Amino acid sequence: MTKKYPGTYLKRDEMYSLPGLVRYKPTAKYSFSAGIAQTKFLEGLKKGKIIGVKCPSCGRVYVPPRAFCEYCHVPMNEYVELPGTGEIHTAVISYISTFRQRMDKPEIVGVVKLDAPGYTKESYEFAGLFHRFCGITEEDVISGKAIGMRVKPRWKPENERTGSVTDIECFEPVES
Amino acid sequence: MRSNIHVKDKVAIVGAGITLFRRRLLETPRELAWEAAKMALDNAGLTLKDIDCVVIGTAPDAFDGIHLNGEYLADGSGGFSKPTVRVYVGGGTGVMVPIAAWWHVASGHCKTVLAVAEEKMSPAHPHPQGVFAYIWDPILERPLGPNLIWIFAMEMRRYMHKCDAKKEDIALVSVKNKRNALDNPVAQAAANITVEDVLSSELLVWPVNRLDISPVSDGAAALVLASENMARRVTDSPVWVEGIGFTLDNTHWYNRELGFPRYVNYAARLAYKMAGIERPWKEIDVAEPYDPFDYKELHHIEGLMLARPCEAPRLLKEGWFNRSGELPTSPSGGLLGVGNPIAAAGLMKVAELFWQLRYEAGARQVKKPVHRGVAQAWGDLMQAGTVIVLGN
Repeated sequence: MTKKYPGTYLKRDEMYSLPGLVRYKPTAKYSFSAGIAQTKFLEGLKKGKIIGVKCPSCGRVYVPPRAFCEYCHVPMNEYVELPGTGEIHTAVISYISTFRQRMDKPEIVGVVKLDAPGYTKESYEFAGLFHRFCGITEEDVISGKAIGMRVKPRWKPENERTGSVTDIECFEPVES
Repeated sequence: MRSNIHVKDKVAIVGAGITLFRRRLLETPRELAWEAAKMALDNAGLTLKDIDCVVIGTAPDAFDGIHLNGEYLADGSGGFSKPTVRVYVGGGTGVMVPIAAWWHVASGHCKTVLAVAEEKMSPAHPHPQGVFAYIWDPILERPLGPNLIWIFAMEMRRYMHKCDAKKEDIALVSVKNKRNALDNPVAQAAANITVEDVLSSELLVWPVNRLDISPVSDGAAALVLASENMARRVTDSPVWVEGIGFTLDNTHWYNRELGFPRYVNYAARLAYKMAGIERPWKEIDVAEPYDPFDYKELHHIEGLMLARPCEAPRLLKEGWFNRSGELPTSPSGGLLGVGNPIAAAGLMKVAELFWQLRYEAGARQVKKPVHRGVAQAWGDLMQAGTVIVLGN
């Protein structure tokens, strides 16, 4: 393995002083529709409710709802309201933003496994959401105390809700 | 081939090529693709005239900054005036490339295939992590301002909880792979580090520190695959593709147990079935599990059934996965040590098995005799599993 491998390494400064270096920033803008099933979910959030959808064939209740069951490949139209409570499946402490800037205040985020019919405790899959957590400490995350903790949504005041996943401010411990 | 899958031709790998992996390279994506493709052809003793079809792999266009990146790369990859296709399954792409090349040959459609993977992440500014912002669901995830590392941290935290694994147990993967990379002449992040170095590196998203993660890279890799007849004509030591498997889960990653990678396990079962492997933990001699993060190697070792669920951290500590161990993993140095030009990194893992199974890996050659190896990549939102089994 003494042969030479192709590729010419550039140091950071060398890259910025390359002749003809082109800098470009795309200006694409998008508007996304939430579709059939997720629109029902977002309408529910606006009313302070967590809405799932039940498969007529296997009985799983999906959160977030989808228009079809991925296992049975049948349409799903039976929307059901869930209590919104659940347990923390995993939680982490973020010190960085989307674009990797250090954040002033770390944020605790993770996955909530919601209380929903159609699953057993051992099921690989479950109804759940990705969201922020509040009312739990960094120490709870590190020690593992947070995992399995019972939580419920903390809603924004009704007049501030817009039909977005951020209508839930965060999930917080049930006892608080 | 012991499965009931109908194939017209057995398939062998007969040549491999690779460029340096570095944070920034001067060459354009198509120049990198050309360098790797040319080296693979030279290694096989073939020229582009001998190639029937071309398969290209490159991960999200947004890194290179050019949409239609497959078409852009086509001429560099030798795909000029030939049947040429690009495959894409996120991080799983690198292993999907030889899988697609396999079906081109196994079906009888082509006798020889040039398989090329390239990635150039350095154009994205100020940091390529920003590009990952666009893989999240626009309705349910982006409003929460996620960073890509979050999802890995969540999976790692769940794995630690489920398996009672500590951060220092997991950091050993980074130590091992960066040390293995010291013998790899193309490596970007080779180093002799300690567990303490990993734990004291910059904390990004607890439990993930900077040295738990592979670096951002530019680079390319290529393989030449051929039918049995053609392979026997050009080399005395073909490396056979004995099994392939690939599966996709849905994008609802927060609707499943994050402690075990089902998406890898299903793909592995398909590949082992095709290869006639019933006890992978005994029948596989060397493995290149996908290691963009250190815990991912352990997670994937378990998904590949090379260890029982939650058993990998203990085996790692006992040296089981070292180059001199019972089942060496990532002898190349992995993504953590060699670098992570996404699609090229996956293909690098398959190239490493090719060198290991031909006893051409030099200082990286594992101690034990090798007959069979498995390489694997994973991609998308905890979704795609791609697995290939090779034998000599």
